[in-house]
Amino acid sequence: MKSKSQNKNIKAALTLATTALFSNAQAGAAPLPSDASTEDAWSFDSAFLYYSEADRVSAAEAIISAKKTYTDDSVLNLKLTIDALTGASANGAVAQPNVQTFTRPSGKGDYDIKAGDTPLDDTFHDTRVQLNAQWTQALAQNYTGSVGAHISKEYDYLSLGINGNIAYDFNKKNSTISFGLSHFQDTFTPEGGIRKAFASMTSAYGDDGDQSGHDATRIGNDDDKTTSDIMVGFTQVINRRMVTQFNYSYSVVDGYLTDPFKVLSLVNTGGVAQDYLYENRPNKRTKQSVFAQAKYHFDETILDVSYRYMWDDWKIDSHTVDTRFYIPLGEGRYLEPHLRFYQQTAAAFYQPFLMQGEALPEFASADYRIGEMTAYTVGLKYGMKLDGGNDLSFRLEYYRQNSKSAGHKAPGVLTDMELYESVDAIIAQVSYSF
Amino acid sequence: MNNKFKYSLVFAAVTLASGCSSLGVEPWERDLLAKEQMALTSSPIDSALDDHIYFSKEASSGGKSFGGGGCGCN
Repeated sequence: MKSKSQNKNIKAALTLATTALFSNAQAGAAPLPSDASTEDAWSFDSAFLYYSEADRVSAAEAIISAKKTYTDDSVLNLKLTIDALTGASANGAVAQPNVQTFTRPSGKGDYDIKAGDTPLDDTFHDTRVQLNAQWTQALAQNYTGSVGAHISKEYDYLSLGINGNIAYDFNKKNSTISFGLSHFQDTFTPEGGIRKAFASMTSAYGDDGDQSGHDATRIGNDDDKTTSDIMVGFTQVINRRMVTQFNYSYSVVDGYLTDPFKVLSLVNTGGVAQDYLYENRPNKRTKQSVFAQAKYHFDETILDVSYRYMWDDWKIDSHTVDTRFYIPLGEGRYLEPHLRFYQQTAAAFYQPFLMQGEALPEFASADYRIGEMTAYTVGLKYGMKLDGGNDLSFRLEYYRQNSKSAGHKAPGVLTDMELYESVDAIIAQVSYSF
Repeated sequence: MNNKFKYSLVFAAVTLASGCSSLGVEPWERDLLAKEQMALTSSPIDSALDDHIYFSKEASSGGKSFGGGGCGCN
């Protein structure tokens, strides 16, 4: 464990770095403190998370968040997130009783999937860097405003976002209504370009082969997507022990919503794959959700329960229940069990495969993430207060997704195949606040 | 889910909101509510990490805060 003076040095260095960053961004706004180590207004939250699915994707994510509270209660929050992803992701095709060969997204190479296995593409390696800045301040008596910016960049994806929020407190600050807007502008430049809807996956052409066949299935290098959200919130203190929150959100996602790496198997009446066709989704999705949360302080423990109902014009409905229970153990130590339950219906255009001889639908995707599914998370967090008031915590969770049939009948050999494979994941996290 | 249920949710929220003036505490009764563990988002970092995981693996996002875009997650 680090000594107290080392901790102080790290904090001083980070304070200097964030102060320099901020004063560059707002030239002349505030002079640098002459001695950062005596300036205690910055506080830092950091975390490292490891997410690992059995035989599939692994991700490592690090976050550092810096917060400064000014004397007038204005708050500046800067957050840096870095994550790295490796491993295999389901490509949408169905398992077969024989070996299947798929072309990699670049078109240059291929990979084989064993008989009976759900096809997974192990091409994915990505690193993402994300920066967030949020400024919150009082605008007038009982009015609080907040504005923020977001930038996220990965190898094939750029996301830019802004948001604004205004909140009004009344009834002795026991009630708060808030109104927020957010807008994201994303650009996707996927490996291997934008696929033509329902084009056949061509064979790999190698390093110096003829790629004209491959190019004919592509319609460009990149495409865009915008996400606009409106959120109305209401927070109410019920009594000395209980606080509640209610939100309504309306979200419009417009643009390229297809996953260029996903295909559908085109099967004959015997269930045998004849071809793999690139998926195609509508270019607009309108989502709405209602969210309710309650926190109740018992004599020692605290119960946190929330529920979200989401529905959209893709015909996906979902229910999410999330529960945490804070149990203090004395001397700043605590345990916090976590339970989450999630259930969604399939998108109207979700189908696990396409049938040969039938007319192609306008839209289709075999991505299990928009299929029928239930999922649950069971976790436990253990935290402690260190000397000097810093917080250290560990979190370990198990996440399971159970995909289900949305009523599609499996023909021939597909009756013996696992079409709706479950996904198991472990989430491990260490957090440190100083 | 049917529209009737959605309307009853909205109705419940409105009823709750209109009855709120009788709810709440005096400023000197905020000892428990003022605890950091009683904040509606008591661990913003955990929330951010969870949002990213579930945004990537499920068809829903947001609700508590903005759903947003932000990654081409696989």
